[in-house]
Amino acid sequence: MQTLDILYFAWLRERVAAPREIIATAAATVADLVTELAARSPGHAAAFADHAAIRVALDQHLADLAAPLSGVREVAFFPPMTGG
Amino acid sequence: MNASVQTPLYAEGELPRYARHIVLREIGGPGQARLKRARVLVVGAGGLGAPVLMYLAAAGVGHITLVDDDTVSLSNLQRQVVHSEDRLGMEKVHSACHTLRGLNPYVRLTPIAQRLDAETAAALVQGQDLVIDAVDNLETRHLLNAACVAAGVPLLSGAISQWEGQMTLYDPARGAPCLACLFPVIPDTAAQQTCTAAGVVGALPGIVGSMMAAEAIKHLTGAGLSLHGRLMLLDVLWGENRTIAVTRRPGCPVCGHVHGDTA
Repeated sequence: MQTLDILYFAWLRERVAAPREIIATAAATVADLVTELAARSPGHAAAFADHAAIRVALDQHLADLAAPLSGVREVAFFPPMTGG
Repeated sequence: MNASVQTPLYAEGELPRYARHIVLREIGGPGQARLKRARVLVVGAGGLGAPVLMYLAAAGVGHITLVDDDTVSLSNLQRQVVHSEDRLGMEKVHSACHTLRGLNPYVRLTPIAQRLDAETAAALVQGQDLVIDAVDNLETRHLLNAACVAAGVPLLSGAISQWEGQMTLYDPARGAPCLACLFPVIPDTAAQQTCTAAGVVGALPGIVGSMMAAEAIKHLTGAGLSLHGRLMLLDVLWGENRTIAVTRRPGCPVCGHVHGDTA
């Protein structure tokens, strides 16, 4: 198990209803973590329902779903934003 | 044309307005001259475009081309401070030019009151020193990105929704990712939160657009460290801000050819 700081931006934050949360997880990859997070609440499920467009940063570096979480402290999820 | 060789860079009486730039170590006289010689294309004269256009005109950027097909409406005025009540119904590019000429009559302005399509984008980005994406939809953002990649012109892009913004400098010709590297998948329409549908706090485009203007000035003058390869995320509601290192996506269908990637 490791402890991760999870940050949510834009409509992810709105659906999860929190800008950040700290969780203990045994997830090995970002994809595993997304599956685990989506099961936490209906809001989380809505946030990750269509995750194809969502990007993730591990310790402030862009990563992909297959990236391992070993040694990571912060995971930030963010979608492309539209408005101008 | 021969006379232009002798034409001084600044008009008579123009230079004192840039005094506070010229005393800055990072800009100075040479940096101000770079701004004066610069050509910048700003796509979108709405929330983000307002501060971008106003600060770049005030800063003395030599030639600004602005593109937008929309007209000024009452619900714009809560945040699009380049426009005003007496110009309701006017095309935004012309309304903006009115304000910009009042700020700095020495800036050359080219207003284009039409929606950007692939053909006009390709023509407009040619010869620009910087293109600024202050657009309100992802389709036009991707179209503009493709045109900038093809022309090798850097693209400073900002986006906002509700209480949050994001901003970066796309520049695959010089090693940074393009929009399609960073966001290869366009979300379905329901997930795309436009300002119209989702709302936006009035000061937010002021914050993000002003930062974009500062990034543009940095890029054009060479001051400081740009957002090349870095994506800034700002959450004004909760005070969570992050700057994320971003890299090119090998095999990107839009910019991969710039680097000889095989598709």
